Amino acid sequence: MFDINVNLILGQMVLGMVNGVFYAILSLGVAIIFGLLGVINFAHGVFFMLGAFVAYGLLQFFGLGYWPALILVPMIVGALGIVLEVLLIRHLYRLEHLYGLLLTLGMALAIEGFVRIVFGPQGLPYSMPDNLRGAVNLGFMFLPYYRAWVVVAGVILCFATWYVIEQTPLGAKLRAATDNPKLVQAFGINVPVMLTLTYGAGVALAGFAGVMAAPILSVDPSMGTNIVIIAFAVVVIGGMGSILGAILTGFGLGILEGFTKAIYSEASSTVIFVVMVIVLVTRPRGLFGKVG
Amino acid sequence: MSDTNAPRIAVGSPKARHILGFEPARFVAFVLFVAVVALAPMVVYPYFLMRVYCFIIFALAYNLLLGFTGLMSFGHAAFFGMGGYLCGWAAREWGLPFELAVLTGTVTAGLMGLVFGWIAIRRTGLYFAMITLALAQMVYFVALQADFTGGENGMQRIPRGTLLGFFDLSDPTILYWTIGVLTLFSVYAVNRIVHSPFGQVLRAIRENPVRAKSLGYNVDRYKLLSFTISAALTGFAASLKAVIFGISTLSDIDVMTSTEVVLITLVGGIGTIFGSVVGAFLILSMEHFLAPYGPWLLLVEGVVFMLFVLVFRRGIVGGLQDWLKRPL
Repeated sequence: MFDINVNLILGQMVLGMVNGVFYAILSLGVAIIFGLLGVINFAHGVFFMLGAFVAYGLLQFFGLGYWPALILVPMIVGALGIVLEVLLIRHLYRLEHLYGLLLTLGMALAIEGFVRIVFGPQGLPYSMPDNLRGAVNLGFMFLPYYRAWVVVAGVILCFATWYVIEQTPLGAKLRAATDNPKLVQAFGINVPVMLTLTYGAGVALAGFAGVMAAPILSVDPSMGTNIVIIAFAVVVIGGMGSILGAILTGFGLGILEGFTKAIYSEASSTVIFVVMVIVLVTRPRGLFGKVG
Repeated sequence: MSDTNAPRIAVGSPKARHILGFEPARFVAFVLFVAVVALAPMVVYPYFLMRVYCFIIFALAYNLLLGFTGLMSFGHAAFFGMGGYLCGWAAREWGLPFELAVLTGTVTAGLMGLVFGWIAIRRTGLYFAMITLALAQMVYFVALQADFTGGENGMQRIPRGTLLGFFDLSDPTILYWTIGVLTLFSVYAVNRIVHSPFGQVLRAIRENPVRAKSLGYNVDRYKLLSFTISAALTGFAASLKAVIFGISTLSDIDVMTSTEVVLITLVGGIGTIFGSVVGAFLILSMEHFLAPYGPWLLLVEGVVFMLFVLVFRRGIVGGLQDWLKRPL
């Protein structure tokens, strides 16, 4: 049952960081949208999936490869998010939060159904960029350059997001609006536009993660289903109110998942949920959550 | 569940006359449903009807929680899936008769509900939904890997057995009437729970948990009890389904099953009794007719979801109830 092999464990933990990047980026988006809009974005996994499919589409139909996709896809996915926020989601802010959740769930089903109709149910291949092929020998494992790039890019993106929210005037307004939207509005800040842009930015992050995932995971209409549930668990574990907490929790859980895969692989798909249960029982507000 | 647009309806005014515990309008609806159960098998394929009945019970259980307690669970697939598996296991491996196998599935789901509830009630609102969803996903992975569930193949060859050791359930007519009567009884029972003093407290918690607490009610305990009852009734529905079709599969425990019951409840009417009935008939019919078109079903379900949330969030029976000014 237990198989202790230090090289294997270290290797899986490094690979786990790649998943950790996706968990961190997705839960960051979920947490920001939840904090400001009061909506659990059930469609977040679908935007992640769309990121991968738009990248695939750009390559197939326009010959645009990975690097242009990395810039274009978040813009396209973010724009779609903005359209959906304006057309649909914003009509529900004055209602109970439940309805926002149900609406984004409906969006998720409809978008996934649409993608299945257009691209079919099976996974599609997306090749990795030529300049990131190959691997580096770390002594205990061969780390593919591409996965190393995902970790580095993910860390940079997460900390850039953290910087914008915690250290800039824009972020200060965002945080203020999370606490008290009416007061912020009274100061002459256009809160509705801020909500729209926040939703767009949140799903753009998911789209970016989707492009990065495309060469690793198979580009598949259901690729976002499980990962969004993990992102929710990460938000519950990390607790609201701390961007840095969400990032660290995402990375930590990815690494823990890799570790579990190395020593007891049957538990690797459930370990994150087990951690969630332990955290809820011992510290219900989450690891980094504010009191109250 | 207070909706700013909709007029509130007093669900249990003490002066109203009750028939079998139903208010007059609801009693009329109940009689109509009895007629449907009695006559429908002449025109509709009975196995389709029995499938609908299972989802009616499932939706009643879900509505008890969402509509009458105000708790948004996204983990009911876990109770539905595990209830079915355990009922099937009890019938096939332990050779238990129908009643005890169904009881096994019901109790298993109820105990799971107790544990899920104990964990999830630590947080409220949207967190509650996220936690129940994550717990259910954990159970899904356990079911996927465990040997006893049959993994991707599902648990097959679940025997039907006999009812009370006498009525042979492999006879489709006896099976149909057994399921039909149990479904009608479930409608009756949930209506009774909603109108009991316990149900009144649940509604008070839904409307204003802080006030309920200040009145001296142990809000968390009531929530936990409601969650457990809902889970047990879900396990009951799943057990019947396992017996009817002789199989329990991973699709019962998949997150889509939770989505399905939410959709049934939303379309029928959150916080109504007969919304579960109407919703289950509509959504399962829709699934039946769209099944040949594969992914179009998903797209249509998503659009129906959005449509009801945006323009008709009271649901069909909820809308009817507002119009008639009578609880249904």
